[in-house]
Amino acid sequence: MIEVKNLSKSYGPVEAVRSISFQVNQGEVVGFLGPNGAGKSTTMKVMTGYLPPNEGTVVVGGKDILEDALPVRQQIGYLPESTPLYSDMITYDYLEFVAAMRGISAEDRPARIRAMTNACGLHDVLAKRVDALSKGYKQRVGLAQAMIHNPPILILDEPTSGLDPNQIVEIRELIREIGRERTVVLSTHILSEVQASCDRVIIIDNGTLVADGTPEELRSSLSGGEQVSITLLDNEEDVASILGDWAPAEVVEHGTDDQGEAYFMLNSSSDIRADLFRLAVSHNWTLTGLHRKSKNLEDVFRQLTSG
Amino acid sequence: MQQTWILTKRELRAYFDGPAAYVVLCVFLAITGWFFSNALFLQNVASLRSVFSIAPFIFLFFMPALTMASFAEERRAGTLELLLTLPVRDWQVILGKLLSVALLLLLAIALTFVYAITLAFLGDLDLGGTVGGYLGLFLLGITYGAIGMWASSLTRNQIVAFILGFAIIFLLFLLDKITDFVPGQLGVIMQYLGADYHFQNLMRGVIDTRDILYYLSLTAFAFLLTTYSLAKRPE
Repeated sequence: MIEVKNLSKSYGPVEAVRSISFQVNQGEVVGFLGPNGAGKSTTMKVMTGYLPPNEGTVVVGGKDILEDALPVRQQIGYLPESTPLYSDMITYDYLEFVAAMRGISAEDRPARIRAMTNACGLHDVLAKRVDALSKGYKQRVGLAQAMIHNPPILILDEPTSGLDPNQIVEIRELIREIGRERTVVLSTHILSEVQASCDRVIIIDNGTLVADGTPEELRSSLSGGEQVSITLLDNEEDVASILGDWAPAEVVEHGTDDQGEAYFMLNSSSDIRADLFRLAVSHNWTLTGLHRKSKNLEDVFRQLTSG
Repeated sequence: MQQTWILTKRELRAYFDGPAAYVVLCVFLAITGWFFSNALFLQNVASLRSVFSIAPFIFLFFMPALTMASFAEERRAGTLELLLTLPVRDWQVILGKLLSVALLLLLAIALTFVYAITLAFLGDLDLGGTVGGYLGLFLLGITYGAIGMWASSLTRNQIVAFILGFAIIFLLFLLDKITDFVPGQLGVIMQYLGADYHFQNLMRGVIDTRDILYYLSLTAFAFLLTTYSLAKRPE
């Protein structure tokens, strides 16, 4: 659906994006992750046809973003960072203006605006001036604006930044709803957001692409194995001697905790919980805790983008 | 083309939803009216000449003021990004905005028809001079507007846009008035490039295509510069 090839973009001497390539398939919800200033917004600005790239191409639905600019733009709904809106307009007039600019006929506009009002919950603010709206409502108006022409592709630059926790949940739900039938590319620096709403993650750091995959893939490929901790009521030394010879895992740490139970931390390359349980049964151990601590996306993110 | 018109309507609404358009129209009418009635009642001159002489001065300030926000404000607010990712060409955006300024200008000029009608009742209206003067006013105004718009596309600060636009326009306005200070041939060129010189020609009732072409080509040039400026997509 979207194909980004060797994309580079500089602002004067500053290289914002360096030879990034990736694909977004139809119906996917892809999260762009990266620290501030990593090049997420720049990439999105090129994808929407706002900024011309220095090198490389963006092809949307088989059409080049620059050569077939207008038909490509018609396929894309875009919510820029910080949600710019014409603050002197009434919400309804604003949506009507965007609809008209998108080529929706005067007869169809009220129906489209009604559909967006329902989808984004804008009933209370249709008659208000845009600059009187709260940040959350502005964000929704921005989303409504992006979807007014029913585009197959949505590009959302930090759709939840500056919102309070309730609004974040609402906008996320809205995006998930939207993502069921559309291709969505959204950028964020909040990790839980990616986990909550994306099928795939693309991590960008310092203008280059450092990772591309599903959240699970990224976790397992970069976590360097899994860690399992167990607690038991048996003698620590006895268990340690058996676990020390046990092939699937390696004991990293063991001791006695506050409750007087023995605890063991084990490292392994795969999920060993089932085997560990069977081992405990075969030795008649009294297992009181078995816990897998897999690395989360946050660890992956830090590992990839620091240093 | 349809989108250009939609944009023009939005811009016009923005002018008329706020106080901008009313202030501009009222002050324009007040100043020209004062000069008109002064000449009529105090000097017993039944002529629009006084109106036509003061209007270029008013435009000198008003046109950069009307256009200073065109792109500077859109850049500052970030709405330019929204506008330029819609399925429209950059030139359509510029044309839409310029058209709205042209329509506002036409309205301001049309309101002064009251003076012409008054004169037609009172005495002999110099038809050639009147038509030429009005045509000149419109062409002068739209040229200033196009330059103001270019200045606005160079910055995200409205004050800078205004000062820049005003400076360029003022230079054009001065060119034909300082020819005494430069030697021969250069003076002729400067006179031809002066914005007021061509207006004076039109005001005399001589509607020469050279004068019309001057304004149109200057407008087109400013328009072109604006497209270049927008194509760079500055932050």
